[in-house]
Amino acid sequence: MKVDKPASENEKIEIRLLLQAVYEKYGYDFRDYQKASIKRRIMRRQSLSNVETISEMQHKLLYDKEFFETLLLDFSINVTEIFRDPSFYRTLREKVIPLLTDRPFLKIWHAGCATGEEVYSMAILLKEEGIFKKTRIYATDINQKVLETAREGIYPIAGLKQGTRNYKKAGGLESFTDYYTARYDRVLMDKSLRENIVFSDHNLATDSSFGEMDVVICRNVLIYFNRELQNRVFRLFRDSLVNGGFLCLGSKETVRICDCSGNFEDFAADEKIYRKESDQCSVISDQVTCRTK
Amino acid sequence: MQNKIKNKYKAIVMGMSSGGTGLLLKMLPLLPADFSLPIIIVIHVHPDSRNTLPPILDDKSGITVKQADDKERIEPAVAYIAPPGYHLMMEEDMTLSLSIDEPVKYSRPSIDVLFETAADACGKDLIGVIFTGANTDGSDGLRKIQNAGGLAIVQDPETAEADIMPRSAIAATKTYHVLTPEEIVQLLIDLAQEG
Repeated sequence: MKVDKPASENEKIEIRLLLQAVYEKYGYDFRDYQKASIKRRIMRRQSLSNVETISEMQHKLLYDKEFFETLLLDFSINVTEIFRDPSFYRTLREKVIPLLTDRPFLKIWHAGCATGEEVYSMAILLKEEGIFKKTRIYATDINQKVLETAREGIYPIAGLKQGTRNYKKAGGLESFTDYYTARYDRVLMDKSLRENIVFSDHNLATDSSFGEMDVVICRNVLIYFNRELQNRVFRLFRDSLVNGGFLCLGSKETVRICDCSGNFEDFAADEKIYRKESDQCSVISDQVTCRTK
Repeated sequence: MQNKIKNKYKAIVMGMSSGGTGLLLKMLPLLPADFSLPIIIVIHVHPDSRNTLPPILDDKSGITVKQADDKERIEPAVAYIAPPGYHLMMEEDMTLSLSIDEPVKYSRPSIDVLFETAADACGKDLIGVIFTGANTDGSDGLRKIQNAGGLAIVQDPETAEADIMPRSAIAATKTYHVLTPEEIVQLLIDLAQEG
């Protein structure tokens, strides 16, 4: 006799099927995201949308592209702010930038840039340190709508006070007002900051290496990925960095959790800044092959 | 006092706000070093606050007390405290995960978020405890734990530094397990031994 599985078991199946549907229909792979967080976002959209079940949501997203776009936004919005975690930016300014100033040209990849506040923060920092002109920042995210917001550089004025505070704590040399104009309830980031920034869509779960970068910044994105996806992404970052390049993670993230941990040495471990070691050893699956220098 | 609660629990989740630090300093050292259940704690603190609480508690306690790390597997005789400014969640595979999603009821970490995800992960094998606090965070989460068949415990508001949180939790769950901190510790020790 068939016994009904408890409600939560059915829910787990429905969520798995919904994510599979998203992947097959639209090519976005959320199947290896941490489940608790993605479930919360699904349930939130469910209650806002007046659909009875998660299965109904799956049906809706297959046949109603606009609904899928809404859900995609739910999945990809990540909270960010100007100079978030100011101590990270201060360490970047004081310890990392001095090691990059003699390079003729710099490439920085900001992976998972969300609405862009931290990208503009980086641009401001580089400007004040005198190396913005020779830097190209590649700011990527999976969602076109989010990237559009980032490109525009228009933010609610509510975040300004905290942003100004963060800027100062991060070692800001000028006045933060130099970098934006305020109009009514919005703040528009200075156009000059956008000159050396390329906003482009890139999917960490499915796309490949982004080129020879001097710095890769990916903060508070990996916490949303499960271990397997994290490993894939760390390998992607390793392959995207030049030797001696810097990898910067969020304050509760670590490269030590991944298979290719050995490719990175601690640089400023407290601020989760790591440095790619020269390619003496590469790790493929469980096998480590080392070239003697 | 109450019917013998026969269940093999997998974890205990706790939530507290104002007055929580003092409470943890009083309660955690009372637990035996071989306490057989993991404890996961959300205590509301300022996001910029330095992470001094876990080491202090670890020093004073027989169990290990640490700040929760992303993707960490929960173990017996360890208490995990949510890092300031992050939501802490429990996954189905008994690991912990973090997020920086929007605050819930102005709180991040949110007690509701921990409790709700823990209820999903553990079902009826979960004990939820709400303590002193000045807002209603945790009431929805505790009710979800109860609805999933888990055990809902609330600190007696008369013994709480701030009684809004426990009163709200009692109203949300109508639980009979309204106890003093000392009674809660003893009950948890008894339940942990039964498994």
